[in-house]
Formats: sequence, C-alpha cells, structure tokens
Amino acid sequence: MRKDLRFRIAHREALIGVVLALINILWWYGFAYGLGSKSPEEYTYILGFPAWFFWSCIVGFLVMVVLVILTVKFLLTDVPLDDGEEEQTE
Amino acid sequence: MTMVATYGSASSFLGGPGAAYSIGLGWVLLAMTQVATGYFVLLILGKKFAIVTRRYNAVTLTDFLKGRYESKTVVILAAASIMIFLFSAMAAQWIGGAYLIQSITGLSYIGALFIFAVAVLIYVIIGGFRAVSITDTLQGIVMFFGTLLLLIGVVIAGGGLDQIFTDLRTENPNLVTPYGHDGNLSALYVSSFWILVGVGVVGLPQVAVRAMSYKDSRSMHRALIIGTIVVGFIMLNMHLIGVFARPVLPGIEVADQVIPLIALEVLPGWLAGIVLAAPLAAIMSTVDSLLLLVSSSVVKDVYINYVKPEATRKHVEKVSFGVTAVIGIIVFLMAIQPPDFIIFLNLFAFGGLEAAFIWPVVLGLYWKRGNKYGAIASMIAGISSYMGIHFYNEAYGNLLGVHTVTLPVFISLIAFVLVSLITKHRVNPVNAI
Repeated sequence: MRKDLRFRIAHREALIGVVLALINILWWYGFAYGLGSKSPEEYTYILGFPAWFFWSCIVGFLVMVVLVILTVKFLLTDVPLDDGEEEQTE
Repeated sequence: MTMVATYGSASSFLGGPGAAYSIGLGWVLLAMTQVATGYFVLLILGKKFAIVTRRYNAVTLTDFLKGRYESKTVVILAAASIMIFLFSAMAAQWIGGAYLIQSITGLSYIGALFIFAVAVLIYVIIGGFRAVSITDTLQGIVMFFGTLLLLIGVVIAGGGLDQIFTDLRTENPNLVTPYGHDGNLSALYVSSFWILVGVGVVGLPQVAVRAMSYKDSRSMHRALIIGTIVVGFIMLNMHLIGVFARPVLPGIEVADQVIPLIALEVLPGWLAGIVLAAPLAAIMSTVDSLLLLVSSSVVKDVYINYVKPEATRKHVEKVSFGVTAVIGIIVFLMAIQPPDFIIFLNLFAFGGLEAAFIWPVVLGLYWKRGNKYGAIASMIAGISSYMGIHFYNEAYGNLLGVHTVTLPVFISLIAFVLVSLITKHRVNPVNAI
C-alpha cells in the first residue's frame, strides 16, 4: 500500500501545509510583537489601526489568503479519493 | 463552509467578541491564530485522510481509529473522550444560544435556555444531518455579510476608527497593545494558542469528520480557499466588533452578550434580527452535529461494536433517540449555571480533545510504525496530563506561562512514539498506511 502514488502527493501537500503555517506564525508574531512591544504612546497608526495590528492581523490575513490561493492553483494536484477508479499500484 | 459553521459558532460569535470586549486588541491578535485552521486541517488531513477513511468505510473519527489500530481499547478511549469533552463544548453552545434569545426577546436566562432546548429538540428530530449541510452555505453568506455590516455599523456609531482608538486609549492604553487590558497577556501565552486553535484543530473529531466528507479533491481545494477567507474574515470582524463596542456601549455586565447588544444598538431592528439569526442558526447546527457525534459515539462505537452487535435497525434507532435525549437533558442542566466567559468552556473542550486525538490521528496517517499501544499510551497520557495541568493551572496560574493544552500535546507525542517503538515487534503492521 505504501506505493500508492496518491499518498506521495498527499505527503507533499501536508508538508506544504506545515510550511504555510510556519510563514503564517512568523509573520503574525514578527509584526505583532516587533511593532507592538513599545509603549502605546509611541504607536503609529495606519488607516486608523495601530501599526502592529494592521501589519500582523490585517495584512497578515490578506497575505495568507493570497498564499493559499497560489498554493491551490499551482501546487496542489487533483487526485481521485476513491479506490479503484484509476491506476493504483499496490 | 460546513466546517466553518461547526467549528466557529458560539465561541466565535459570542464568546470570542466577549473576551475581546474585556481584553482589547490582544485578544483579536490571539483569535487570528485561527486563520491557520482554514488551510492547515485540509492540507494535513486532506487527501490522505479522505482516501484512507474511504478504504476503511469510516464515517467518524472513531471509525478511522478503529480501522487504523484495530483495538477495542482505542475505540473505547476515543468514545469516552468524545463524550467527556464534547459535553462542555455543547454546554458552551447552549449558553450562547440562550444568551442570544435572551437579548433579543428580553426573557430571563432560564426561560431563554428552555426555548433554545425545545428548538434544538425540534431541529434534531426534523432535520438531522441533512438539513445541516443545506442551510450551511446560506448561513455562511449571511454571517459573512452580517459581520461586515455590523462592523461598519459599530465604526460609524463609534465616530470613526480614529475616534474609537482615541477613546480606547483614553480609557486604558493597554487595550490597544498586544498584551491585554491588564498587560498580562504574554507573547508566549498568546503564541500557545497556535497549538490550541490553530494547528491543533486537526485533532478535533468534529473537524476531522468534515475533512473526510469531500466529494472529490476539487471540492476540497475550493474549500481550502473559501475556508481560509471566510474563517479569517469572520474572526477578524467579530473580534474587532467586540473591541470597538467598548466605547460605544461601555459597562456591559455579561461580556458574552456584547454582540447581540451592540447589534440592537447600532443596526435598525429588522437588520439586527437578520444579523443575529445567522449565529443562532450556526449554534443550532453546531449543537445538532455535536449531539449526533456524541450519541453516535455512544451508540455506534460502543453499543453496537461491543455490547450488542446483533441489534436490529429499529432497536438501534430507539437506543439512539434515548441516548440523544439523555445527553440533551444533561447539557441543559450543565448550562443552567453559566460561567463568566463561555469561550473558556469551549477552549477547555478543544484542548482535551486535541490532547487525546492529535497524535493517534496525525501519526496514524503519516507514521507507519505507529501502533495501537502507542495510540493508547498517547491518549491516556494526553488526557490525564491535560486534566492534571488544568486543575493545577486553575489553582496556581498557568504552568510555564502557556495554555493548558501545550504540555499535554508534547507529552502525548512522546508517549506515542516511545511506546510504538518499544512494542513494534508485537504488532503486525498490516493495517499501516
């Protein structure tokens, strides 16, 4: 069963998931605590939001959406989910 | 979309904004860790889980574990943890539903809870699972635009973003920092929510069940994109609404009621009704699927498997109905005394389920050496350390400054790997994948 080709695809996609989550965490953490650690009087504001929040949560979210769309479009592969429909080397 | 509704519901629509109202932007930052669930669950469990569960003919997470480990103990442990922890998740939903009804109708809490219980009963009897997925897409759309409208309404009522942030700063500068209203929300603690509500969600039975239900990989891909957008958008909006509501409606006593109260304040009545109907519907469908999940783990996983395998269909239906009714009554009783913040009840359930399931599921899929002894050890170690640390944290504050779930997740990983390696000669890996 190890040789099922679809599993190799699935393993690759699981790794992609881990990489995406790591990017997400770094972006989120970096901007939130990088810009947000000073005292609130020194905050700068972008479109009304504190800069740390704007970059970490708002832009961070949009970046992840773009990355997910790109991942789905270019990195994921369509495979049948049922056994026996297509070639399956066991 | 179904996943969004089930996963989110009461905690994101009432509990989360309630916490954000009290704690400030720091809680919004924390809530944004949930953006990851939209793509992470489907990429990690994703195709492999869908293929394997089809091979095992599994329709629940317990079915999968049964197929993978072929162990009665694993199945019983799984069913037991589902029962224990989903009770508190369900209680959270009931409390949320009752709050919504209470603030719309002005009834007493108990009266509202009773109405909610009756509604759930009708919903379960009539609809069941099928009704859930039909209404989900509609609900998702209403929620998406509803939260947007409400956010715009709050910003206008608060006099614009600049004004709102000035008011927040004047009241308490900590509200606009990542550290919470009292400065106690440490970076480490907030980051540990990545495990609890971000990546750890792969171990939740109610989420895993959705991941196996995609028709084909194309619809799974679509769900990846839509899920990420919708989860992120709704989370960001709802929690921001919670924070922005503070200058508009100061001094709300039960913070969990902030969303219904602010909706009634800033939107015209009919619009507030529509906006609030969406979370109520989401809570309903969550309660419904949780009820089904618990009763199926009692009836299908335990009763039919091990108590009475020869039961007839009719008999099973009767037992299911009885079990569902008993569960409903117990949850009703649990919900009579609501805690301060429903979100903590929900998060408690999340943590417990993750500690029990995450490694048996993930390593069951990706590590062929993983065996039933490892799974049993991992579940027992995960649950017992989770309970232990939960009570420790309640008494003495957070151990090492992280959320309760963090350590048990590592402990159960070590238990799984060690025990699987020690016992590897005792298991024929025929069912490994």
